[in-house]
Amino acid sequence: MAKVPVQFTLNGAEKAEFIDSGTTLLHALRDKIGDTSPKGGCHQGTCGACSVIIDGELRLSCLTLAETCNGAAITTTSGLSKGGVLHPLQRAFLDAFATQCGFCTPGMIMAAKVLLDQTPNPSRDEVVEALSGNICRCTGYEPIIQAVLTAARSNSQNAA
Amino acid sequence: MELRKDYFADQRKDDLHEIGQPRPRSDSPGHVTGKTAYFADRNFPGMLHLKMVRSPHHHARISSIDISEAEKYPGVVKVLTAKDVPHNVYTILILIQIGPEDETVLADGKVRWKGEAVVAVLAETERAAQEAAAKVKVDYEVLPAVFDMEEALKPGAPIVNEYHGQNYYLYDSGECRKVRFGDVEAGFAGADHILEQTYQSSPIEHAPTETTGCIVAPEGNDRFTCYTNTQAMFFTLDNASIILQMPGNKLHFVGGTVGGGFGGKVDVIVEPIAILGAKLTGRPVSFIYSRAEEMQISSPRAAEKVVIKDGVMKDGRIVARKVTGYTDAGAYSRHSPYGAQKGAGHYPGPYTIPNVWIDTYCVYTNRTPSSAMRGFGVTIGDFALEVQMDKLARLIGMDPLEFRFINAYRDGDMKAHRQPTEGAALIECMQEASRAANWPVAEKFMAMSSYAKGA
Repeated sequence: MAKVPVQFTLNGAEKAEFIDSGTTLLHALRDKIGDTSPKGGCHQGTCGACSVIIDGELRLSCLTLAETCNGAAITTTSGLSKGGVLHPLQRAFLDAFATQCGFCTPGMIMAAKVLLDQTPNPSRDEVVEALSGNICRCTGYEPIIQAVLTAARSNSQNAA
Repeated sequence: MELRKDYFADQRKDDLHEIGQPRPRSDSPGHVTGKTAYFADRNFPGMLHLKMVRSPHHHARISSIDISEAEKYPGVVKVLTAKDVPHNVYTILILIQIGPEDETVLADGKVRWKGEAVVAVLAETERAAQEAAAKVKVDYEVLPAVFDMEEALKPGAPIVNEYHGQNYYLYDSGECRKVRFGDVEAGFAGADHILEQTYQSSPIEHAPTETTGCIVAPEGNDRFTCYTNTQAMFFTLDNASIILQMPGNKLHFVGGTVGGGFGGKVDVIVEPIAILGAKLTGRPVSFIYSRAEEMQISSPRAAEKVVIKDGVMKDGRIVARKVTGYTDAGAYSRHSPYGAQKGAGHYPGPYTIPNVWIDTYCVYTNRTPSSAMRGFGVTIGDFALEVQMDKLARLIGMDPLEFRFINAYRDGDMKAHRQPTEGAALIECMQEASRAANWPVAEKFMAMSSYAKGA
């Protein structure tokens, strides 16, 4: 099968791959590039575990064709910590016991990051709405919501 | 968080330094950075993908299987049928001597539930495996199926599983697990009121975000490393060893990181066939359930039916309890004989009842095999029991919490299955619940203790 070239930045680094046409971004990231932080939970756009950020927007990588991402800037949870220092959201998830099995965590953090980037001081309802596309089957939603609110507060304190 | 250390203060040294203190979880840093390695995060060059051909019928005889077109399909490396599996008929609890072996890794001559694995296709890509699986031709002769436990137990019902010969699990105690304590009929005869109620539940799917699966890599020295999300590592290793007729020292299982299990990943389903595929092809093999398979194929919690008949006195004492429990195992045993047995010990609840009669049946039907899920054998029973307790309290016009104080088991009481009660603490839990929920009870109940009878 003829291969298609794709080129984008992943967490600030240039990436280029030849892929089969029709390959999902999730598959390209995990199996071609080796970033396994986005997870495949349903491969049909319902669980949110594969969430990534493409040019500032929250996207489901299992429903995004890799070949549509040429020139894009892609962010995943594996790229959030800088120099060994956790991102405030990662810190807040850690401190709030907002992880259990951890499988939904990278997608949750992506959804939360897009929310805080666009709405630095969200209400609880806005947090719930922003996370509504991400399923946690350990049913730990409450600490996750608290973690996002805590991260928002620590961001605003840092900005002040 | 408030720690109440006044309860049972004389029973322990006051050295509970860890309780009430937050401690970081050792796995959280990996979770929040995306570094935690789940089984599917492994990738090996030359890895094959396994897809299963499944039965479209609830109950059918297989008259023929034609894999010739699938074998020729571009990208297909190997197609496996029952004859390729060294020890094809197995049952997971055989490790603790609970037989008979009653389930096939790949169907041999018959299918007993819709979705049963029939043929395994291994190909270079997931897509090729999926497309080739659709090229496998299986001819079925459809048989009558039974989906209801009561229908299955009637004479003349279609036999679901010939390895059992009848549609219930044969315990050493007979057609059901039995508990006999006191004289239940005498208890009913002396009771002020009798209440008989039936409670039923449907199967429940765990629906973990990470689907069931494994990746197997041949190591080149006749050993195989199996990366898996099983919740039962050594249980799976030992069963794989039996099914593959391969010594355990040839199998290296790597796991423990599970993206949600809840009991749904304790069956031995994906590993043996994936290891067999790796052995017969010499290539790494990935077998991962699709979301549809996770929801339709993986074992759910069993459907249950619980019939409870209680005799109660106007003063609140339960004097007799008769329970008949039915656990729907589906087509195969898996963990269900154990779950049904647990129910037998559990149905008296945390209550001291002098006359008890319990029968629990593990029933076979042509439904998806059920298995473990969070307190299986007990959870649905608890729902039924506590609803029944509320109904009994209402029947005699008593506060439901006070009604439970009257019947709560206390240290020294003999349970119906002949285990003396020790360290009960139920009275104290209910006293604390009464305070926390602001649901006051009479002072005499607040003065009760799990230690001492009387009061």
